[in-house]
Amino acid sequence: MELINLYVVPGIVLGCIYALGAVGLSLVYGVLRFGHFAHGDMMTFGAYVTLSAVSLTGLPPLATLPLAILVTAALAVAVDRLFYRPFRDGPTIVVVIASFGVALMLRSLVEIFWGADDQAYESGIRRPILLFNMLLIAPRHILIITTAVVLVMALHLFLSRTRLGKAMRAVSDQPTLARICGIDLDTVSLWTWIFGAGLAAAAGVFLAIDTQLDPNMGWNLLLPLFAAAILGGIGKPYGAIAGGLVIGLAEELSTYPLFGGHPLVRPDYKTGVAFAIMVTMLLWRPSGLFRGRVY
Amino acid sequence: MSLLEIEKLRAGYGDTAILHGIDLAAEAGELAVIIGPNGAGKSTLLKALFGLVATQGGQVRFEGADITGAPPERLAGLGMAYVPQERNVFPTLTVSENLEMGAFSVRGDLKPLLDAQYGLFPKLSRRRSQPVGEMSGGERQLVALARALMKTPKLLLLDEPTAGLAPKTTEEIFAHIRSINRTGIAVLMVEQNARRALEIADRGYVLAAGRNRFTGTGAELLANREMAEAFLGG
Repeated sequence: MELINLYVVPGIVLGCIYALGAVGLSLVYGVLRFGHFAHGDMMTFGAYVTLSAVSLTGLPPLATLPLAILVTAALAVAVDRLFYRPFRDGPTIVVVIASFGVALMLRSLVEIFWGADDQAYESGIRRPILLFNMLLIAPRHILIITTAVVLVMALHLFLSRTRLGKAMRAVSDQPTLARICGIDLDTVSLWTWIFGAGLAAAAGVFLAIDTQLDPNMGWNLLLPLFAAAILGGIGKPYGAIAGGLVIGLAEELSTYPLFGGHPLVRPDYKTGVAFAIMVTMLLWRPSGLFRGRVY
Repeated sequence: MSLLEIEKLRAGYGDTAILHGIDLAAEAGELAVIIGPNGAGKSTLLKALFGLVATQGGQVRFEGADITGAPPERLAGLGMAYVPQERNVFPTLTVSENLEMGAFSVRGDLKPLLDAQYGLFPKLSRRRSQPVGEMSGGERQLVALARALMKTPKLLLLDEPTAGLAPKTTEEIFAHIRSINRTGIAVLMVEQNARRALEIADRGYVLAAGRNRFTGTGAELLANREMAEAFLGG
């Protein structure tokens, strides 16, 4: 029971956060064909927008989530127009470096407007609830998992039932053929940013609810996010969800004291687990579990 | 006025010219083929027509309107459809999703359009929910054709539709192309199977080294000794 309550449930929660962040990363990679290094900082931005919304309105953070999603999506579209679009026709590495620059800018903006100290949505200790007389789960964890499931289902419906969602998958498959069919790549790119950044904002808010806010929170997650996206097959959104859950669980379970009293991996090195999984995938099967794009 | 008129077209990549002044005309409802040795620029011609390769000179007119250098998105809306030789289907999308992409700009219910294609290609009708990447080469080619026909184009551009296919599948594809043409859709087809292509063609264009070499009806070209030796082979 201790395993479930202290390791598996936090692992699933962390997995949900990673999954939502990695899906956005995978969508952007599939449609726009570059690794977006400012994705973590978009998570941070979404979390801080919620911080302001919460202190202004007094509403709980999840109630202001739609606002955070909208504002972060708008930011991503603006960033794309200003900093990525001009370099689209050149070598990909230029756009990647531009995204590094955007990451630095976003982090500094957060520090300027909100300060560099750690912050939280609300203070105080909240007691976990006892379910089925065995499962001890914090209400915030239930909220995070439920909302994550709703968001993933909404994404799934968009990708599989709407014409624009199918066009997004088509562009991810074969962009030239999509143009031949008359699909406008600019429109598809726009919606890719909206969904990718929106999901990143949600992931950022969940991370802040689960732990706390600091300007580096999203940047620190970039490695597990990329690991999750690569594990699932980069460019494949559903793979990224699976990858996120696997990495989240792996990180938490790796600190379980399986033998004797000591954790398998020291908690400080948890991120190393994500790194090890990513390196193994790249060596063994770079296309990932669900066969994403290798180039 | 021909449906498609190409006049002294020059096209290529960067500073390199592949086509050095091509003249070609396709009439409405006609089945025209483009043949020639490798490197003649046959595929480049279709790509330049559809805005995927830079046009460096000359003019292209469709139904009298100048479309020189127009991007593919625009041409898709004018009644031209193109099936490239490679990467001509969306592998992770199902058969019906691939077809839907062929009618992307069409408002409203696509069911009648889908049903029309399933009627033409019964094999596909049985596999509507299968991801196309899992299908055989011949079946993928049928999906590529059906996708291009969704909006009933006036002109269908095909780049080596039978490349890499077994003889039986090749005949199946040629049969489909003939019946598509008989419904009134003009076809401009690049083919490596020169002899078979000329047998079903109304008109043929032989290209070599980026220039026109021979032009005539299918029968005329088949009977031409000089051409047969140089270009027909088997």
